[in-house]
Amino acid sequence: MEHTAPPLFRTGLTPLARLMIFAMLSTVLLIADARFDYLTPLRQVAGVLIYPLQRMAAAPAVIGARIAGFFSTHAALRQDNQQLSAKNLELAMAAQRTAALQEENTRLRGLLGVRESVGVPSIAAEILYAARDPFSRKVMIDRGLQGGIEAGRPVADHIGIIGQVTRVYPWLSEVTLITDKGHLVPVLNVRTGLRTVLAGTGDDGRLELRFIPLTADFQTGDRLVTSGIDGNYPPGLPVAEVTHVERNAAYLFASITCKPLAGPGAGTQVLVLGPQPGLPERPADSPPKKKRGKS
Amino acid sequence: MAGRPMTPQELLLPVRPGFIILTLIGALLANLLPWSGWALWLAPDFVALVVLYWCIEEPRKIGFLAAWSLGLLMDVAEGSLLGQHALAYSILAYAGIALHRRVQRFSLAQQILHVIPLLLFTDLVVLLVRALAGADFPGYAYFLGSLTGAALWPVLYYLLKLPQRPRSDPDRV
Repeated sequence: MEHTAPPLFRTGLTPLARLMIFAMLSTVLLIADARFDYLTPLRQVAGVLIYPLQRMAAAPAVIGARIAGFFSTHAALRQDNQQLSAKNLELAMAAQRTAALQEENTRLRGLLGVRESVGVPSIAAEILYAARDPFSRKVMIDRGLQGGIEAGRPVADHIGIIGQVTRVYPWLSEVTLITDKGHLVPVLNVRTGLRTVLAGTGDDGRLELRFIPLTADFQTGDRLVTSGIDGNYPPGLPVAEVTHVERNAAYLFASITCKPLAGPGAGTQVLVLGPQPGLPERPADSPPKKKRGKS
Repeated sequence: MAGRPMTPQELLLPVRPGFIILTLIGALLANLLPWSGWALWLAPDFVALVVLYWCIEEPRKIGFLAAWSLGLLMDVAEGSLLGQHALAYSILAYAGIALHRRVQRFSLAQQILHVIPLLLFTDLVVLLVRALAGADFPGYAYFLGSLTGAALWPVLYYLLKLPQRPRSDPDRV
């Protein structure tokens, strides 16, 4: 340790000492957040503080869209109208068919004594912005605790599942997309009825099926829908399409790549789906026999 | 450097604390804009840039507490692990405060050469924390934001100095 002259002006702690204090504080926060779940209240408070800024930052895009809407031309509107009426007709026919099918289905289910599958309630929301984070695939939506959103709810758009609510702030919630690394969705192959689990890769537009035996029947173009086996995602919602199947006898498993059908690129309107009614109680966790690595 | 004549220095008005707060809020707002696609990779971390600027220009008026709490707000806004940006901005603030006498003496182009490694180091801290938490390396495009940030430094320097320049009105005393 070298001796320095006493400072002329009292300036408090040296910058290095301050850095140490704040670095330590950050590390404590990091560990508390990563290992334990202590920091939800802190997150809520900071979330409230930053909420006006988040809304302000999202405003230019909204205003831009409104201005563009104001200047949309007569021809474009007429074309839209025509397309929509054609679509409406198509959908009306589909709806009639569905009504007939539903009736038939109810009768058959009644015969089988199967509990009726009921439509799940849902809350409409709008995507505010994508999290500015190259490590994860997350978006923020404009409904939160005040809008009745709970963590864990699946989120869908007009095409299919886009993700799951992972954090809820008072007026916003954070949705982790199905493409986020490590995010899993239980799915069902529509063509074969095979159930499996679809995993996100962290890349936009790429999902993969893991641990599929080489002999399993998967083809390019197969559509995957939610199987509903986890009791979280309602069954039958479109999720992804198989884009590439590679079977290499050198490996135990086939490498199957899929492309998500829905996603935040398709639009900003989403639905947060409510809990599924009539699920059996979750059984109590049995005490773990042996401590294993982190799950 | 003995042979080089000293460049004349401007006399500037003292900066108002309100202006510092305003620019920091503006930077936070810029970070929260809905960036997407390539813009997301190219967009600099405005908060880091502005914090670094004030730490170099006015190290007595901005402290670690401001840098650290801004980092915390960024963590919440991004939904990332709480504390990673706080840690990165604290280190950035330290670097800015420790180097401020040195960097202030340099011309703008030479200042950029100081800013690039500091911003890259901030990115590296975040990357390290993410890697420890189990994330994959997102690719080298991750560092692009720091380079655009450094390229924006002269613009920032000009804009943030603007309210400090005295009016060059000869009639007023």
